[in-house]
Amino acid sequence: MFEATQLNRKNKTRQRMFSIGLGSMTGLLILPVALIMGMLIYKGAPVISFEFLFTSPTNGMTAGGIFPALLGTVLLVIVALLASVPLGVAAAIYLSEYAPDNWFTRAINLAIINLAGVPSIVHALFGVGAFVIFFKFGTSILAASLTLAIMTLPVVIVATRESLQAVPMAFREACWNMGATRWQTIRSVVLPNAITGILTGVILEVSRTAGETAPIMFTGAAFFLPLLPQGVFDQTMALSLHLFVVSTQVPGMPEQLPFGVALVLISMVLIMNSLSIALRMYLRGKKKW
Amino acid sequence: MNQPATDQGSSLAIRTQKLNLWYGTFQALFDIDLDIKQGIITSMIGPSGCGKSTFLRSVNRINERLGYVRITGSIDVMGENIYDPDVELIQVRKQIGMVFQRPNPLPISIRENVLFGHRIHNAGRKTSKSENDDIVEDALKTVLLWDKVKDKLDQKATALSLEEQQKLCIARLLPVKPGLLLMDEPCSALDPKGTEAVEELIWELRGQYTILIVTHNMAQARRASEECIFMLMGKVVEHTETGQMFVTPQHKETSDYIEGRYG
Repeated sequence: MFEATQLNRKNKTRQRMFSIGLGSMTGLLILPVALIMGMLIYKGAPVISFEFLFTSPTNGMTAGGIFPALLGTVLLVIVALLASVPLGVAAAIYLSEYAPDNWFTRAINLAIINLAGVPSIVHALFGVGAFVIFFKFGTSILAASLTLAIMTLPVVIVATRESLQAVPMAFREACWNMGATRWQTIRSVVLPNAITGILTGVILEVSRTAGETAPIMFTGAAFFLPLLPQGVFDQTMALSLHLFVVSTQVPGMPEQLPFGVALVLISMVLIMNSLSIALRMYLRGKKKW
Repeated sequence: MNQPATDQGSSLAIRTQKLNLWYGTFQALFDIDLDIKQGIITSMIGPSGCGKSTFLRSVNRINERLGYVRITGSIDVMGENIYDPDVELIQVRKQIGMVFQRPNPLPISIRENVLFGHRIHNAGRKTSKSENDDIVEDALKTVLLWDKVKDKLDQKATALSLEEQQKLCIARLLPVKPGLLLMDEPCSALDPKGTEAVEELIWELRGQYTILIVTHNMAQARRASEECIFMLMGKVVEHTETGQMFVTPQHKETSDYIEGRYG
C-alpha cells in the first residue's frame, strides 16, 4: 500500500537532480569571490605593514607606502556622506511619508531609479561640468566628493525608503488616530524603527563610494601628490585611482605592490559591509513586533 | 451648518442628520439620522457590509484618509459639526478616541504608550516624572491592567498578550480625556477569555465615558451595551434600548438577524 510507484521514483530522481544542480550553481557564485580574495591575500599580504599603510610613496611610487591615498579615500567618503546622507534621507522621508501618490511622485521615483543606472563615467563628466567648472570648486576633494554623493544618492534614498516602508502602517495609523501630526509620527515611531535600515544603507554607500574610480578621476583625485591635502579645495590621492596608477601607469613597479593596494581597498569595503551586516543583525535582534 | 447646542443637543454625544456616504460611486450610508446619548454605551450591530464600521469611521473622520470618500449631511459630536471647515482635525482625534479590531500598541514601552497621546498634545509643557507616573497608573488602573504590568512598565508593549494590548490601547486614549470612545469590533482578534475581559472593562467604563461600539457578536452587544442600533444595507433599521431590542424587536429584519436567519 505504501511502497513507491514508478512515478514516485521518477519524481524523486528529478527532484534530487534539481537540488544538486541548483546547489552547484550557487556554489559557483562563491568561486570568484574566493579566488579574488585568495589571490589578493596570497600576493598582497606580504606587502602590508604598518609602514605601508602609514607612509608616503617614494621612488616614483615604486616603494614606500600608500598613506596619502588611504587618507584621501577616507576624506572623500566623509565629505560625500556629509552631502548625500542628509539629502538622501530627507528625500526618502518625503517620498515615503508625505508625498501623495501622483504622477509627480512617480516621476521622481523613476528618476531615482535611472540615476542609479547612470554609468559612473557619465557622473564624472557631470561632476566636471557642474562642480569643477560651473561652481568653480576646481579639481578638489569637494568636487570629487559631491560627484560621488550624487552617484550614491540613489543607494541612500532607496535603502532609507525601504526601511521606512518596512515599518508597519498600523503604527502610523495608531499615531494619527491619537491626533499626532505626520512629523510627530515620523519622529517618535517611524524613524526609531527604521534607523537600522537607514544605517545599513549608509554603510553600503560608504563601501561603494570608497571603491569608485571614474567619478573622482577628473574631479579631484590626483595621480601623485607630494603633500597631504590641507582642505576640501585641495586635490587628493585616492586608493582606487592609486591602484589603477600603480597597476598600469608606472614602469618598474614591483609585482606585489598593486596587490597590496588592492588588498587594502577590498579590506576596507569588506570591513564596512560586515559592519553593516553585524549592525543590522544586532539591531534586528532587539526589535520586537 | 453649525447648529446651536439645544438642550437636547448637549446631552447627545453624536447626532447625524441625513448622513450619506459614498466610496467612489458606491453608496455605503443612506440618510442616517441618529441621536446617540452621552454617558452610555451604544452598540451597533448588523451583517458584514451594512455600514456600521463606515459609520464609526466617519465619526472621527478617518475615512477621509482614503481620498475617494464623499459625504453629505452632518455629523455633530457634542453639539459641534465635526465637518465644519474651522474644525481642527487634531482636536477631533484627541476628543474622539478610537479602538481597532487588531490591537495596535506602538513598539515602545508600556509607559510610553500610555503617555504618547498626553505628550503629543502637551508639546512644550514638560510634565514632571511624578505627574507622568500618576497618569500612567490612573489610566492602567482604569483599564484593569495596572496589577499585571506595574512591574514591567518599561517593557515593550508589543510583547503583551493580545488582550493586554487591547486594554493598553484603550488606556492610552484616556490621559487626554476624550469625550467619546469609538470601538471597532474591539474583541474580534481576541480569544473568548480575552473577549470576556475586555467586555468587562468596557462595562466598567460605563458612565465615565460615552462609548460607541461596533460588534459582530450579538451576545456582546446584549451584554455590554445600554442602547443598540441595528443597521442593514447602509440604513438604520432600529435604534432602541438594548434589552428591548433583543426581547421585542420592532422590525422583522431585526428579529430575523437576531435570531440568526442571516448574518
